[in-house]
This record gives sequence, C-alpha cells and structure tokens, in this order.
Amino acid sequence: MKIDLDPTRCVGAGQCVLTAPEVFDQGDPDGVVVLRDPDPADELTEDVLAAADLCPVGAILVADGGDDR
Amino acid sequence: MTEPVYPMARQCPFDPPPEVTRLRDQPQVSRVPIWNGMRPWLFTRFDDARVVLGDPRFSADKRRPGYPVSSAVALAEATVEPTLLIMDNPEHDAVRRLVLSEFTVRRAESWRTRIAAIVDGCVDRMVDGRGHGDLVADLALPVALSFVCELLGVPAADRERFRRLTHDMNVLSGTTETAGAARQELQDYLESLVAEREREPGDDFVGRMIVTHVRTGAMDRRTLAAMALLLLTAGHDTTANMISLGLLTLLRNPAHFAALRTDDPGRLADTVEELLRYLTIVQRGIRRMAVEDVDVNGHPVRAGDGVIAAINAANRDPARFAAGERFDPTARPHGHLAFGYGPHQCLGQSLARVELQETYRVVARRLPGLRVGVPLERLRFKSDMAVYGLHELPVTW
Repeated sequence: MKIDLDPTRCVGAGQCVLTAPEVFDQGDPDGVVVLRDPDPADELTEDVLAAADLCPVGAILVADGGDDR
Repeated sequence: MTEPVYPMARQCPFDPPPEVTRLRDQPQVSRVPIWNGMRPWLFTRFDDARVVLGDPRFSADKRRPGYPVSSAVALAEATVEPTLLIMDNPEHDAVRRLVLSEFTVRRAESWRTRIAAIVDGCVDRMVDGRGHGDLVADLALPVALSFVCELLGVPAADRERFRRLTHDMNVLSGTTETAGAARQELQDYLESLVAEREREPGDDFVGRMIVTHVRTGAMDRRTLAAMALLLLTAGHDTTANMISLGLLTLLRNPAHFAALRTDDPGRLADTVEELLRYLTIVQRGIRRMAVEDVDVNGHPVRAGDGVIAAINAANRDPARFAAGERFDPTARPHGHLAFGYGPHQCLGQSLARVELQETYRVVARRLPGLRVGVPLERLRFKSDMAVYGLHELPVTW
C-alpha cells in the first residue's frame, strides 16, 4: 500500500485522524494533514482506505501495493 | 395539480419529507420548484450529493445571479461581510487555512474535560430542587452557547443577545431586512470586540488570531469579526439543536440511551455519528450553482443551473448505509454528510463531536430516569427554521 498525500488540498476536517490515527495526524502549527506512518501495517489497510474515502477533498490517494484489494 | 415546493412538508418529525425520499428512489434526477419560483436540480442520492458538494465547478457564492437561495432571509448573508460559507476557491481555502489549527481533532479533545464540566453545571442547576424542566432552555442552549463563548473569548454575559440575533438570522418567515439587521448588529459588535482586544489579546480564539494574523497583516479586523460571527452562530445553533433532538431520539430508544452509561467510548462515538446521520438537521439541503457544465454521475448539469444536495435523503441512501431509514448506532455507519462534504465541510466538526459525546454521556449517567414530559404531538419542531430541532423539550426525571 502506497499513500499519496496532497496537503495543499487539506481543509482540516480531521476525518483521517479519527479514522486512522496511527497513520494520519494534523501537524503543527497549521493543522494540515501529515503522514505519521508512510508504510502502515496490513491490518491498517481498511482504516487507511476508509480515511481516503472520507476525506472531503480527496487529499489522500491510496495505491495498491501488491495487496489484492 | 400544484407541484409541491421543495423542501416539502415532513410527515414524521424524525424523517425527511416522504416526497424527497420518493425522488431519491426514482432512477432520474428531477428539478424541483423552490420558494422564489426557481427550479434547481435536486440530488438526493449519496454518490451524487458528494459530487455536488465536492466538485469545484459548483459555486457556494449565493451572491451569483441564479443561485438557488434557500429563503429571502438567506440573502441577508450576502449583505454583510462574506463568511467562509459563501467563498469559493482559492479564497475559501486561503482564509480557512488561517484558522485550521484551532479546530484539529487534538484541540477538540483538549476541550473534553471542560465541556463535561459545563454540562455537569447545567445538570446541577436542573436537579436542584425540581423534577422537571426544558432540555432546550436548561441544557442544549446554555451548553452550546457557554462553550462557543469560551472558545472564542466573547463575554458569556452577552449569550442571550447572541441567541436572539442568531434566531433572527435563521427564522425563515422573517424578512431580509430583519435578518440583515441582526447580522449587521453582530458583525459590528464583534468588530468592536476585536478592536478592543487588539490592545490586550487574551488566550482564546480572538486573541490568538489577533496575535498571529491581524498583527502580521494576514487578516483584517472585518474578516476576523466575520469569522467569529460564523463560529458563534453556526457553532451554537446547530449543536444546541443536535443536543435536544438527539436526546429526544435517545429517549425514544431507551436501550441505546442506557448503553451510553457503560463508559464505552466507541459506543458513544458511534451513537453520535448515527444521530448526526439519522437526524441530518440541515433540513433544506446544501445549495450550489454550476459555473461550468458538470456531469454528475451521468446526469448533465449546465453552467448556470442551480443544484441542491438533499443531504437528509442522501444520508439514508440504502446504497451507502445499511441502516437506511432506521436509527441504529450498532450499524457503525461512516461517511455521513451531516457536516457536508467538499472544502466547505464543517470546520467545527471535531468540536461538535466532543460536545455531543460529552453532553449525551453526562445526561445518560446523571439523569437515568429522564422522560419526555408531553406527548410527541405536542412538541414544537423547528420546521420553520434553517436548521431543524426543537423549540422546547419538556422533560421530567
């Protein structure tokens, strides 16, 4: 799984942090999305995909990294 | 036969108008007449609503000729300083970015204990010698107003004035003049407050914005006042309505209310999300205008067309939500549109979640015998307001 963030689109809704707090955070000082874990464990795949779906501005893109999803 | 005007009348106080639900379950997308004779497209399905709210080719600027405004009162919003709600990009994101750090999940969590204390204080006053009260006046409004005043750094002593002005801005039967005057009064009040605080900024939203943005020239006094106005009005009215209507829903589903006494944070969070989805109190849809031709999942919209995303119907779309028309906190739905979608998605949503979670939790724990004091037919629902809710909620405990 490869996560591509586009922080320029981020509007700070916080959905990603609520959904996959191990992977996403809102950085200091501006509150914009940052990646805590660029290569999350497989058991977090579902949460990361949900976070990408929930992001209201499509700032999170998840590319399949060999996982058969 | 006269064609019914959107948003049509509800039949059940908890459900969207049946006509809107019926339109969702038809294959085609329809135009619907609105109060001023315009006929915008009504998008009622979840996937379509997300396109309407997320695609930058739809404008939120209600000052554009042809924009399907929700009422005459809504036009007043365009008569005073513009807020984030009606800005398009790139202006919207540039302004929103200036305040994002105040609304992160972490910042919202840091308020949790304080919010619980505010709720506890209201419950203390309720149980002090009486066995009955009004959950709107005794709990929902004071919790939401006290908190937003504290967050912003505006005097809680002016709470009643904020409540009255917000009401005047949102009552749909009012006039553009009344709503415009209320908005102007609040804007002027907040501009003088900002001017006064510039001399000695406090450790609150207004104070921090003065130090980081006004003094550096990134934001002027009028913009900060307009931002505070938006937070003050949007931030208390919506939350107060979710508190009262949410508690009514829980009281009618006693097992789900009792489940909140188990100190299970996951269950509490799921209950709040489900109430947001099921009740979707933004009852007149979220409106936009196409500034270019857009294909919405196969449905063509032309530049200049008005569109409405009926988020109440979309939030019950069985194609997305297994619970559909039912209230079921155990269904763990995610991605509801109660806070909107796209760049305008609610800035204060993390704070709203914590406020609702703490209010429901404290009430469930401290007032386990809470009952609605009158039959459902006698409750006055806010069908006449921009945001749905209850005018009063008489209760006993």
